[in-house]
Amino acid sequence: MIAVVVLLLIPLAGMALLALRGDTPKAGRINVRCNALALAASLWIAIDVLVHGPRLSAGQLLYIDSFNVYLVVLTAFVGLTTSVFSGPYMAHEREIGRLNPRRLRLYYAMYQGFMLAMYLVLTTNNMGVMWVAMEGATLATVLLVSLYRTPESVEAAWKYFILCGVGIAQALFGTVLLYFAAEQKLGIGGDALLWTVLHDNAGALDPAILSLAFVFLLVGYGTKIGLVPLHQWLPDAHSEGPTPMSAILSGLLLNDALYAVVRCKMLVDASLGTHLAGTLMMGFGLLSFLVAALFLHRQTDIKRLFSYSSIEHMGLMTFAFGVGSPWATFAALFHMTTHSLTKSAIFVTVGHAAQLAGTQRMDRIRGLILTQPAIGWGLLIGTLAIAGFPPFGVFASEFLVLVATMHDYPWLTPLLLLGVGLAFAGLFRHLQPMVYGDVPEGQKAIPANLWPVMLHLAMVLWLGLSIPTFLGHWFNQATHLISGAFPQ
Amino acid sequence: MAWLLAILQTLLFVGAAPLLAGWIKWIKCRLQNRKAPSLLQPYRELRKLYRKQPIMPYPASWIFRATPYIVFASTVLAAAFVPLVAVNLPTARIADVIVLVGFFALGRTFQVLAGMDIGTAFGGMGSSREMTISSLAEPAMLMAVFTLAMSAHTTNLSQAMNYVLDTGLVLRPSFVFAMGGLMLVAVAETGRIPVDNPATHLELTMIHEAMILEYSGRWLALIEWASQIKLMLYGVLIANIFFPWGIAQDFSLEALGFGAVVIGLKLSLLAMMLALSEALFAKMRIFRVQEYLSFAYLLSVLGMLSHIILEAARVHH
Amino acid sequence: MSITELTLYQQAILLLAGLIALTSFLMLGQSRLVRLVLVFALQGVLLAATTSMVAYVLEFPHLYISAGLTLLLKGILIPIMLYRLIYRMGLHREMDTLENPARVMMGGASLVVFSYYVSLPVVAHSPLVTLNAIAVSLAVVLLGMLLMITRRQAVAHVVGFMSIENGLFFAAVVSTYGMPMVVELGVAADVLVATVVFGVFFFQIRASIDSLNVDRLSKLSEVEK
Repeated sequence: MIAVVVLLLIPLAGMALLALRGDTPKAGRINVRCNALALAASLWIAIDVLVHGPRLSAGQLLYIDSFNVYLVVLTAFVGLTTSVFSGPYMAHEREIGRLNPRRLRLYYAMYQGFMLAMYLVLTTNNMGVMWVAMEGATLATVLLVSLYRTPESVEAAWKYFILCGVGIAQALFGTVLLYFAAEQKLGIGGDALLWTVLHDNAGALDPAILSLAFVFLLVGYGTKIGLVPLHQWLPDAHSEGPTPMSAILSGLLLNDALYAVVRCKMLVDASLGTHLAGTLMMGFGLLSFLVAALFLHRQTDIKRLFSYSSIEHMGLMTFAFGVGSPWATFAALFHMTTHSLTKSAIFVTVGHAAQLAGTQRMDRIRGLILTQPAIGWGLLIGTLAIAGFPPFGVFASEFLVLVATMHDYPWLTPLLLLGVGLAFAGLFRHLQPMVYGDVPEGQKAIPANLWPVMLHLAMVLWLGLSIPTFLGHWFNQATHLISGAFPQ
Repeated sequence: MAWLLAILQTLLFVGAAPLLAGWIKWIKCRLQNRKAPSLLQPYRELRKLYRKQPIMPYPASWIFRATPYIVFASTVLAAAFVPLVAVNLPTARIADVIVLVGFFALGRTFQVLAGMDIGTAFGGMGSSREMTISSLAEPAMLMAVFTLAMSAHTTNLSQAMNYVLDTGLVLRPSFVFAMGGLMLVAVAETGRIPVDNPATHLELTMIHEAMILEYSGRWLALIEWASQIKLMLYGVLIANIFFPWGIAQDFSLEALGFGAVVIGLKLSLLAMMLALSEALFAKMRIFRVQEYLSFAYLLSVLGMLSHIILEAARVHH
Repeated sequence: MSITELTLYQQAILLLAGLIALTSFLMLGQSRLVRLVLVFALQGVLLAATTSMVAYVLEFPHLYISAGLTLLLKGILIPIMLYRLIYRMGLHREMDTLENPARVMMGGASLVVFSYYVSLPVVAHSPLVTLNAIAVSLAVVLLGMLLMITRRQAVAHVVGFMSIENGLFFAAVVSTYGMPMVVELGVAADVLVATVVFGVFFFQIRASIDSLNVDRLSKLSEVEK
């Protein structure tokens, strides 16, 4: 368990260090190193869990099983690659005068603060601490959204803060109800909010209270996932903040919020013995999926476009977790991975594209492939991957979701297919002129670090062709944990 | 014997009302650093007016003539059955809140008619304002009363007081809200600051005074006296429903004496609160009165809701 | 079981629940920001009183800590901070009047009925009648949201946000005698940081739109202008 403590201490120390040194030229490298250390720690935990099975810390405050360990590794990995990209990106932003040293310090410190909150959400065993960490993630990122101090970014940050704050308050109410239900059975004391304890005793908890609690938890954490109709903050926050922020919001925060919902669903399912939680998640998920796919068509800002694509994919995952069969769960876990990798790669590319064109408006971004082929191809391939083209991993995971749905809810498959088609059309109608098209006058190549993109896309490609044995094993274990059976 | 007591109580009620008004005026003067008139000043004024000959305005009809008597009689009747020093008097059998509201409505109807009867602009204006306010205040008052009735399972005042006495000290959120609502309504209905100012004849802001502008002599005396009784009625209602402790439940001399002293203390306390609030707040614009009264209504609704949500018995599934 | 059969402690809890709901209503109707903050502070004090009463009567010493925290944060620190901000920004004379106060109030009352309805299953299964207070705390949460919806001033939004927290806290204190200490401290820390961040935001918003009327934050929209 020491590894988990180390994992939490690294970003804490990083936050303190970068709060002091964030404005020096070395800050980018310090950030990368902190994340590299965190990745090492997460791998250590992963091997530990692989060998010894689920681990509970001495004070029962931390808990690691196969479900969250793979998300910890994923989080650490995306955190690292994004930080690699963020170093030169932020240096460029400072050069062109959009940032001053103080804001740069804030940015780097909050990057680590956000990572800390994410690790805490994933590894804590206490539902209350999970809430605190989730709110902490909002607090860490909200000032980053308004980092540029433009009227738009301030507005986006305010919206983000208010909507997520109010939303997540509902989750706290759900947590209180959960605690209340547990205390009636387990007696008054600190243990009644521990997930492991709750899960062991879920059968004895009052189903009426638990279903009410789940509604609040879903609404609360669902705001963070960006489920329609609670998604209003998401496109704004993604489009106005610095691009590395968008990458980790999309790649990590949304995943971890979904993780929280699934943890709650596991409790509620064990208590109710009905499909109530799943049905709710399916409804919200499908709605988000379809609405976001439609909204893709109306976008003019490139980062907004891809943030709607995030809503769409989060909707699909929520739906798949809601279906709840082993295959659907497996598909959802798989999709979490592929989406996270692809989307962070896309945001990195988009960031470069926007710096290249000097704007985020899609009608002014033109001729990327001709100016700087790496960025153009990166964006093209990334978009192909996220739209679900074979042979990329997203195709494989979406296909699995479809198959699982066809098995349990055949009448919903046309809707899913419709959504996939809509999203595909919505992305490509914008993509084509940006990647090809004539080069505007005076557009020059910029220094860009694209190896994170290539690495991510290569991994997504690999996942599309074959799932490595150890990863498949993890997914199987996690599926068994969540749905109660191995996928057959 | 019991009937005698009831009559004595009524006489006490009617007789003490000007004293209460004097007491309020006295405190108010002290609060405003003025020299206070004697506590008996209202009696003197009533006597002065009573001696003078009333003047009948030229276009007025019998309504104008009858109104002072009807207003006074209905108010005294109302005072007759509201328990002042003792419950369980024979008059208590008709001491129903709805009847009480009915008597108030009767008096008000004639007052409003009389205001319009004389055909002056002020009379009509006062009448219309009076009706506006009372139509807003009445729902609030009834809602507050129903909240009480739901707790006590009766609308009979005497029985309700008995119920509160029997159950002892119970902290009821609904009573707190209902009392708040009723107090606001009382202020509005008796024409006190911040809704109306009984002390001035400032043209544009008058409500009650505008209606009775043409009255003089003993008719005016009756109307003034009636409104003093009405003020005391509200005071007694608030004091005895929410804090009935001290009221006599049997007719022994000690109990009655004690009851009289206690109600005197309660009323003087309430009067102090009223005087203090009148000294602190300014009269509000007439168009803000509806906000004020909707707040009173809200309090009463909250009282009702908290009775249902927080207090009522639950059926376990 | 009706109220007459409860102990005095339980009655007092219910009374405080009612008063806390009342403060929420008062906030809803308050058009002057200074008074709004004052009522909010009152709510914080009531909340702290509830907490310390639970701590005293049921002998949960750890609740004294959270009562102290509540009093310090919600009753004193945050109101003072908001108060000073209001004066520094020259908003103390500004009115944030409701378009239709009566309708908002009635909406608030129906929210109370709604939260009662929602919490019926919980209440019916609970061993303690005091848990009726859950309905009230849900109502306070919803009223806080209503406050945020109906207001335009950023300060009012913050007050609404914090009063939502108050409602949650009330639920936690009355139904579960507080959360585990680690959670409670975490929540308090979050609230504290949130307050600071809000303060920062006031200045950012004013710098960007020259006022704190968030209705004017309307640059971002789905439709191209």
